[in-house]
Amino acid sequence: MAILIRGARLIDPGRMDRTGDVLIDNGRIAAVQDAYTHPAHLEGLEVIAADGLWLTPGLIDLHVHFREPGQEHKETIHSGSRAAAAGGFTAVCTMPNTNPVNDDPAVTALILSKAKEAGLVRVYPVAAISKGLKGEQLVDFGELKTAGAIGVSDDGRPVMNSQLMRRALEYAAGFGLMVISHSEDLDLAEGGAMNEGAVATRMGLGGIPNAAESVMVARDIALAGLTGASVHIAHVSTRESVAAIRRGKEEGIAVTAETAPHYLFLTDTAVEDYNTNAKMNPPLRSNQDREAIRQALADGTLDAIATDHAPHSIMEKEVEFDRAANGILGLETSLPLGLKLVREGVLSIETLIERMATAPARILGLETGIRVGLPADVTLIDPKKEFTVQADIFHSKSRNTPFEGWTLQGRAVLTVMGGRITYRG
Amino acid sequence: MPLENKDILDMASLSVPEINLILDTAESMREISERPIKKVPALRGKTVVLFFYEPSTRTRLSFDIAAKRLSADSIALTASMSSLEKGETLLDTAKNIEAMRPDVVVLRHAYSGAPHFLASRIKASVINAGDGTHAHPSQALLDMLTIRQHKGRLEGLKVAIVGDITHSRVARSNTVGLTKMGAQIVLAGPPTMMPKGIETLGARVARNVEEALSDADVIMMLRIQKERQKRFTMASEREYSRHFGLNRQRVALAKKDVVIMHPGPINRGIEIAADVADGPYSIILDQVTNGVAVRMALLYLVLGGGRHGDSD
Ligand SMILES: [Zn+2]
Repeated sequence: MAILIRGARLIDPGRMDRTGDVLIDNGRIAAVQDAYTHPAHLEGLEVIAADGLWLTPGLIDLHVHFREPGQEHKETIHSGSRAAAAGGFTAVCTMPNTNPVNDDPAVTALILSKAKEAGLVRVYPVAAISKGLKGEQLVDFGELKTAGAIGVSDDGRPVMNSQLMRRALEYAAGFGLMVISHSEDLDLAEGGAMNEGAVATRMGLGGIPNAAESVMVARDIALAGLTGASVHIAHVSTRESVAAIRRGKEEGIAVTAETAPHYLFLTDTAVEDYNTNAKMNPPLRSNQDREAIRQALADGTLDAIATDHAPHSIMEKEVEFDRAANGILGLETSLPLGLKLVREGVLSIETLIERMATAPARILGLETGIRVGLPADVTLIDPKKEFTVQADIFHSKSRNTPFEGWTLQGRAVLTVMGGRITYRG
Repeated sequence: MPLENKDILDMASLSVPEINLILDTAESMREISERPIKKVPALRGKTVVLFFYEPSTRTRLSFDIAAKRLSADSIALTASMSSLEKGETLLDTAKNIEAMRPDVVVLRHAYSGAPHFLASRIKASVINAGDGTHAHPSQALLDMLTIRQHKGRLEGLKVAIVGDITHSRVARSNTVGLTKMGAQIVLAGPPTMMPKGIETLGARVARNVEEALSDADVIMMLRIQKERQKRFTMASEREYSRHFGLNRQRVALAKKDVVIMHPGPINRGIEIAADVADGPYSIILDQVTNGVAVRMALLYLVLGGGRHGDSD
């Protein structure tokens, strides 16, 4: 089946920003022209009128938790894939903290086969660094790479042992696997349920200081410098981490980093009233941090927006704040929130798409764009479409969002992955 | 004048007129406790559930006596009696409590915010009897009543609170409440026990204990909870008592008519020297007596007592 998208503004960061027609055929982009006149041989051609809409390379989320295997009551690879497609995503990286942990080629294979079955989004599994995420024994990176892992991380937990982290960076580099750092000093974070500061003190909740993150960010950049390997810092939440990443980049160290939409919009005051849907790790920080994160995303110190999509059921969230699970949904609100940043003047639309599609692809070593011959992974956005966030109608199995009730403008109305329509809004 | 909310969750949600109303009501309740027959029928037919997830004999007993003196039926549930250990969640508990149709639930819980959680899910009034390190409003109110009894006022007093502020819901509630009533709060203790941003509650943090105590009208010593000091917040007890404890030399820095308080139970010889705890400035036992009066007032007021038209 062929698809012709007519009259959209084509935004391919760094390469193109123009109005035109895009023909998709055989899973690939077959033509990019001012005005395409379709030849007779394209039977069953679906023509999509896209005047006033924006066509971008398919969005890529470097950091999601799809919970399968093990916690299918929160999300499955199928429901997560539906949420991703509905959010405009054509590819995601799934974190290894499933049950069993993705530290074994059989788990990687299972994830890939479920993803293929769902067929809605490209799933790139991230395998564990250490067996069982216990921080004791290196996983067989070579076997996992062969099984289809794109990178390694102990996400959900940090690698506390610096020697293990050093070896993981060296060993992964040999296999061409990316290493993702969940940067958290567990001793500094111990007993904490939210950001350390006045709000935590007033609420009587244990605080997690900024330094719990930034000391580990600094450590992992130092280890990347030591080993010559590259490291990717996950979910950056503090201004001190931003400063460390900026310095590392200036020194020529191969460090990349992502932040999440919630760190761009919310601060620790969102936790007031003990709102467990504002509980995540790292926690929501101060306004000063939020401003620094916005600035760093704009200037490229932070390369990408990743959601850290972390579904939890009511059982994990409708409890006392201290006992509530960390994490919130992200896939179905990330693009609209990104577009809000554009409207607020923080980023240009081109930079936003760069941070949500082009940069993630570069970090993963994938080719992406709106160019003839490339796989047809594209997202069609209606920048005007206004809607109210309603977790009830999310495609995800879970409902844990702090953005419930927000009125946002702009969202994906069509997602195409490998030439197939995976979402139609 | 009724109370604004159905619940008593923390001092931040009580207004100055409400605090005055509670303290004035407690004064008249204290009078009941001094009668030969210490019982009035005010809350006859009302059910008060005392739900204590954390052991606290003193506070529970105080609420229990308060309920009985007002002729309410009180039922005590403790964590061991409840289904907590079988993995029942607070949400399940809320539903079960609701099914019993109580009028008031007095909740003590180890986690901050648990009373807020319960209050938004049940129709009955919730009185927070201490949640985590967040709030302990009935303790703050009884402290305020005790201070008012001895000083005749709260406004303009200098109140020093000394000890482990980080882990103290009593310090937080007293800071919020007393600041609201026009007192000046000065906090002191080891820097490892001083939480970030505590000044935003209205308190000043002193550089050392001596500075906090100088010219104080009221000294409030906090219990040092050894079991809470797991994360390197404390050196030895001996060192603590020497640098941060209250002894006679330090009492002398305060005003001549200073009063000394402690929420109990006391570690004699650690945060407070025995001769000070039992000495002439100590009003610790008045705090206990006032505890019952304040809790009677709270039960009475959350059940609509004192409202226009139904108080007589
Ligand atoms: Zn993480």
